[in-house]
Amino acid sequence: MRVAGHWRLRKQRLTLQGEICPVCGAHIFPPRDVCPECGQPASTPYTFKGRGEVYSFSTVYETPDHFTKYKPYTVALVKLEEGPIITAQLTDVDPDEVEIGMPVEMVTRRLTEEGDEGLILYGYKFRPVMERVGR
Amino acid sequence: MRDVVIIGIGDIRVGEYWDKSLRHLAHDAIMAALKDAGVERVDAVVVGNTLASFLAEQGHLGALIADFVGLRGVEAVRVDAADASGAAAFRWGYMAVAGGLADVVLVVGVEQMSERSAEEVVRAHTSVLDQEFEGIHGATPNSVQALLMRRYMHEFGVAREDFGAFPINAHANAVGNPQAMFRRAISEKAYARAGLVAEPLNMFDVSPISDGAAAVILCPADKVNAYAHTDKAPVRVLASAVATDAVAVHDRKDPLFLQAAYLSSHAAYTQAGITPRDVDLFELHDSTSIMAALSLEACGFVARGRAVHFAREGGIARNGLIPISTMGGLKARGNPLGATGVYQIVELVRQLRGDAGDCQVKHARIGMAQNLGGTGATAITHILGIG
Ligand SMILES: [Zn+2]
Repeated sequence: MRVAGHWRLRKQRLTLQGEICPVCGAHIFPPRDVCPECGQPASTPYTFKGRGEVYSFSTVYETPDHFTKYKPYTVALVKLEEGPIITAQLTDVDPDEVEIGMPVEMVTRRLTEEGDEGLILYGYKFRPVMERVGR
Repeated sequence: MRDVVIIGIGDIRVGEYWDKSLRHLAHDAIMAALKDAGVERVDAVVVGNTLASFLAEQGHLGALIADFVGLRGVEAVRVDAADASGAAAFRWGYMAVAGGLADVVLVVGVEQMSERSAEEVVRAHTSVLDQEFEGIHGATPNSVQALLMRRYMHEFGVAREDFGAFPINAHANAVGNPQAMFRRAISEKAYARAGLVAEPLNMFDVSPISDGAAAVILCPADKVNAYAHTDKAPVRVLASAVATDAVAVHDRKDPLFLQAAYLSSHAAYTQAGITPRDVDLFELHDSTSIMAALSLEACGFVARGRAVHFAREGGIARNGLIPISTMGGLKARGNPLGATGVYQIVELVRQLRGDAGDCQVKHARIGMAQNLGGTGATAITHILGIG
């Protein structure tokens, strides 16, 4: 069981916390402490809005053993509004209805678990942006 | 730096070996290579392997294999660069000989995957990705390559069926290679019907889980007569170059451009004093059809977005502009991960010696091999020549 390894990542997994570069303003996710754009130190926290669009997607049939019970599931590259692309699963959507460019938003879901008696891991997934119903 | 040559090669047929363990597979390839070179001494052993620590819970392969093949006492290490471990081991051997630290170096790539279930192998193989930001989301090496394929189809207007040109070429070539795992041709119809692995990748787009071992012997060019007892012509290592990229494709500026493949291939062209036009055959890293396409583009053989059309027009065939996967490639020879990079070198040597049988590329003088780690985060390019 890797408790600390998952605990360290809680802000990323649960709130999409990355960084913003104080020099060039680049938004960074996952956090990496050195700005990939300008090479300067960048450790100012920034919480992403959690909205973006599908850059690419794949429905997975050949899975690692700790994901087999979830198959098939759809993995995507999501381009966040602030710029970075991240890897995440899509949820609450029929895989046949996913398209490149589809607007999506972050939700928190169960990702997997470490065996039957180990940790249950939660984190970000993305779902199609819901239409807001007016009152 | 000293000029380095390959004086011996050996491999076993790629496949499933339930009756032999990793050390036996390595042994069989090593004995074949020692015999081919006719060498009587080895100064160092370099082992390329990717997954034994996970699948067999066996590390420490340098000492283990050196001892098992009767070379107890010599310097021996295992080299890791994910799926590019075979080429990384070859480069380690090249650097040792070129740098004058060793005269005769034995490089062996070995992998045994078939004794575990597919799900266990896939899980172990996710270790080549960024586990914290790719693996945790259920991404696998194949599905990340599927993400690249889908985006490529979208950006360049290429149909899924058109990617079939790569596995169809690989399988057609493997028919003539006795060391290949799949020695049968496949049709466009069979490709179109194949089951999905990670949409849009199907079973014929992905290279198979397999066991294998391949070995080569290196020595300085000016000492061939002292060490090698063989009538085979030595094959020169004209270039050796490694480059890296972000491990996760989401961290790359342009996920559809394999920057490490570009950097290492172009560094290799400079070392060898050649351009892509001078390369007679290219053993590239066709772990999936999309990686074959992206490799051709990154290495400068075809313009961006054109590789699939180029393949369909016959540019990659044995008599095409740049023959690839000439003995089956990862797709049909098989992809025993940490051994793959060494198989590529063995195959180039066969081609350059004129010993490739039904797979022979006519007038092959310069061959290039490129082994990728993960989804292209490590790219290792070697250029070999004869005459
Ligand atoms: Zn910056």
